[in-house]
Amino acid sequence: MAVLDDIKETIGLRSDHTTGGAASRGSSLLPGRGTLLGFALPLGLVALWQVASATGFADPQLLPAPGEVLGEIVALWQSGDLVEHIAVTMGRVAGGFLWGAVAATVLGILTGTSTWARQFLDPTIQALKAVPSLAWVPLFILWFGIFEDSKLMLIAVGVFFPVYLNLMTAIRDVDRKLIELARVNGLSRWQTVRWVLLPATLPAYVTGLRGGLALGWMFVVAAELMGASEGLGFLMIDGQMTGRPAIIIGALILFAIAGQITDKLLWLATRKPLAWQDTLDSLEGGRNNA
Amino acid sequence: MLEIQDICRRFTTPDGAVVRALEDVSLTIREHEIISLVGTSGCGKSTLLRLLSGLDHPTEGLVQLDGRTVDKPSPEIGMVFQEPRLLPWLTVTDNVGVALLDTPKTEKAERVAAVLEKVGLTKFADALPRQLSGGMAQRVAIARALVRRPSILLMDEPFSALDSFTKQTLQDHVLDLWRDESFTVVLVTHDLEEAVTLSDRVVVMRGNPGRIDRVVEIDSKRPRDRTSDAVQSLKRDLTAALHLN
Ligand SMILES: Nc1ncnc2c1ncn2[C@@H]1O[C@H](COP(=O)(O)OP(=O)(O)OP(=O)(O)O)[C@@H](O)[C@H]1O
Ligand SMILES: [Mg+2]
Repeated sequence: MAVLDDIKETIGLRSDHTTGGAASRGSSLLPGRGTLLGFALPLGLVALWQVASATGFADPQLLPAPGEVLGEIVALWQSGDLVEHIAVTMGRVAGGFLWGAVAATVLGILTGTSTWARQFLDPTIQALKAVPSLAWVPLFILWFGIFEDSKLMLIAVGVFFPVYLNLMTAIRDVDRKLIELARVNGLSRWQTVRWVLLPATLPAYVTGLRGGLALGWMFVVAAELMGASEGLGFLMIDGQMTGRPAIIIGALILFAIAGQITDKLLWLATRKPLAWQDTLDSLEGGRNNA
Repeated sequence: MLEIQDICRRFTTPDGAVVRALEDVSLTIREHEIISLVGTSGCGKSTLLRLLSGLDHPTEGLVQLDGRTVDKPSPEIGMVFQEPRLLPWLTVTDNVGVALLDTPKTEKAERVAAVLEKVGLTKFADALPRQLSGGMAQRVAIARALVRRPSILLMDEPFSALDSFTKQTLQDHVLDLWRDESFTVVLVTHDLEEAVTLSDRVVVMRGNPGRIDRVVEIDSKRPRDRTSDAVQSLKRDLTAALHLN
């Protein structure tokens, strides 16, 4: 039955598309049946967790009850500390993401459009990619100190590679036939970029940005575990030092939520210019992508 | 008048071999005629069409349109490729409008609307390419070529991917447009019946190196009945000519 429902849903959304309403796609913003289904597993796990805690199956020193975790988060929230920690971590991700994405975009455009730049730069960039990113940590600390700069640098390195690789490959893979079409129709260089290259590379670029953002979140944890006096990662270390597992678990959940929210925002921001894509995602209103 | 004067086009492959795609090709294409290029695969038809479009340049010789050398694409020469080559992120209107980017907005809108009406796609003006059938997509491509009001329309196997019914409809359609607009058509095709029903002249090419083998004049009046004896016998003659190569 569920399969049948899925098919009906797909077909229904498909006919929305053919009538061409961008507005109808907006409805997928509201939690539909598919979204609700996605909540079922986490809620079930929480219920199981609650049962395990209530029956004494779970050791409260290791896995405190859901209510206790929630209590810790609420207490932190009320003291104002939590907002502070979240803001600091978000700021680091945002800063590192910006630096990494900008550098990757500039270099990706260069190596994607110019054979010379590619032959000159790409081998080095590929070689740097082979260094496991966390291996940069000691060097960055040595160079930039243990404070913000080294953290931003590390996050930026994490963000850089997926964005760079996706963009460069996408530019190189733009269908030469479409470039030729632009020539036949007398498009200038800039017009070709605007009407052909940019839209053609956007999907892969957005994929790169989203991958980069995910790595940014990964690396902010690493950076904050390394040594920090604020931030969600610091909160986790703090919880570990003071033997408060509820804080560790709370921070873990907050990381998951923050990561999801930023990814969703990125997706929302780029959804409209990508609505033309003839993919499975577009058949399903992009819900799978969210 | 489009003049092809003693053209050679050679390609050098990466391993250093030289391919003589066209050798000593001369042809004068008259105003408002429909001329077809036929020949076995690889005999240089597409290469010749690309030279006419200004997308490619001859190794030797000249292509001249009304006395001026064609060395880059120009609005006077429209091109329809074998595949529609629509930009998937633009609506039908914008896909056609891409050919008129430097035209003032209102004039552009009018001309695009007019040409869409002509190819019968007004209803699909706001559709995206993925919502079109193959025949509709190819009509958009034809509209995009015509919207610049070219004096020459080059078409490289424009109907080869279509089923025979859609193909005939589109052929008739192009004939109608051609009658109204008085442009010249150069059509590359594998379909000899298409060549015979549409053209004033059929140019038979042979490959390796690519040359013109013969030019067949077809005088009978259009529209021509595809099943008529005249058309079928010409088609047989052409088939025989191609097999001789
Ligand atoms: N860019 C190129 N580089 C090297 N060789 C080429 C190039 N373009 C065409 N050729 C060669 O030139 C010859 C003519 O090719 P062309 O595409 O013009 O043939 P065609 O008559 O259009 O064939 P078909 O009917 O299969 O489309 C072929 O041998 C082809 O391999
Ligand atoms: Mg060809």
